[in-house]
Amino acid sequence: MEPTILGYRRDDGTFGVRNHVIVLPLDDLSNTAAEGVAKLIPGTLAIPHPYGRLQFGADLDLHFRTLIGTGSNPNVAACIVIGIEPNWTKRVVDGIATTGKPVAMFSIEGAGDLRTIERASRTAMRMLQQASEQPREPVEFATATVSMKCGESDTTTGLASCPSMGQFAERHTARGGTVLFGETSELTGGEHIVAGRMATPALRDRFLQRYKDYVGFIESQGVDLLGSQPTQGNIAGGLTTIEEKAFGNIQKIGKCQVVGVLDPAVAPSGPGLHFMDTSSAAAECITLMAAAGAVIHLFATGQGNIVGHPIVPVIKISGNPHTVETMSEHIDVDVTGLLRREMTLAQAGDVVMHAVLRTARGRLTAAEALGHREFVLTKLYRSA
Amino acid sequence: MGHKFLVHAPGDSVGVAVEPIRGGETVEGVVLEDDSTVRLKAADDIPLGHKIALAAVKPGDPVVKYGEPVGRATAAIAPGTHVHAHNLKSARW
Repeated sequence: MEPTILGYRRDDGTFGVRNHVIVLPLDDLSNTAAEGVAKLIPGTLAIPHPYGRLQFGADLDLHFRTLIGTGSNPNVAACIVIGIEPNWTKRVVDGIATTGKPVAMFSIEGAGDLRTIERASRTAMRMLQQASEQPREPVEFATATVSMKCGESDTTTGLASCPSMGQFAERHTARGGTVLFGETSELTGGEHIVAGRMATPALRDRFLQRYKDYVGFIESQGVDLLGSQPTQGNIAGGLTTIEEKAFGNIQKIGKCQVVGVLDPAVAPSGPGLHFMDTSSAAAECITLMAAAGAVIHLFATGQGNIVGHPIVPVIKISGNPHTVETMSEHIDVDVTGLLRREMTLAQAGDVVMHAVLRTARGRLTAAEALGHREFVLTKLYRSA
Repeated sequence: MGHKFLVHAPGDSVGVAVEPIRGGETVEGVVLEDDSTVRLKAADDIPLGHKIALAAVKPGDPVVKYGEPVGRATAAIAPGTHVHAHNLKSARW
């Protein structure tokens, strides 16, 4: 039997596992007003960030795509967008409106923060009341998009937490679900393995080009990545080289074929496992994947990364016995039994699936309960 | 005797300690791919999560984990010794 969950149906045919009313600033200047609204109307969620002024070209496109994708995410019931001026604000609002969900825009020029906060709060209040009446309905979980990443990795990531996610990726895609993974530069040393999983030669070329561009950009800055890759945390956990880290990382895709190579924050066009060209920094990567429509994120950690996201529940999986003990409040799924061989990989996959379904039915993750709401936009280059 | 380290693939030159290993003790490991066991005497203390050499590796030769090269030895590595940044370096950068 296909697993069902209780989700929130959206007009565009998707469903969410959360029902947030968000207040999204277009730019840094509008954070104060957005936070003012969320303070007046508790239950709405402001998502402040530092960018949105004088960006141009591909960097501006990515900014718009990420904000539109965030507002369009199925976990969002309704959205207020506040910008300093109306033109760019309207672009984001129009993008979100294509989903059919309630969205409203406010701009600060000619009104000031206080009037804007008052007007936006009246709308936010109605949106919140409307969202509160929306029931959870049984939906097939297999149609959901789930994203995956690992962070503060160590050797237990490759032995336990990433292979457990790999089990999930195999099962979810086999049922017709969609799964995203990324972390372009952290595939170094194992990029040929990922390239070999691409469904077509065209995808393989596209993937290798993205990989070369990303690593080429890093090298063009004249830096020695030995200082940052593996990180100090990785090395303390026993990881020595980027290749070793990459092979651990790649365990998360299990035996899946890769059916798509996506630009950052671009939604996949169909089911299956898709690669997204992203930074390996946790919050940047999760923010881009959330903007592509992921409703749950699986996060494998060895040494204990504590990242969350404002609208996407992040489920932490760890196979490191020290971390599970010393950072227990951050870990949702304990797969240390794989190290002791008290648990098989299939059982670890069951435990991950169980955690995903409970989360999809409404249980708060550790990161949600602790209030971790990291939202980090990827910036491709400096503003004009 | 229970296992104290795990090996990803047959032929790997290193295993990963899943319990702290003391120098001088004879330890058993399990190869995940085929459930075979390996026994050897640890030469160094090896913390949980760190690598133990299963075979001798000459300087400049690849160190193999997951059945794939994960870097090159920068010093002679003897079986049972701790393998980390002091004797293994990325071949990539």
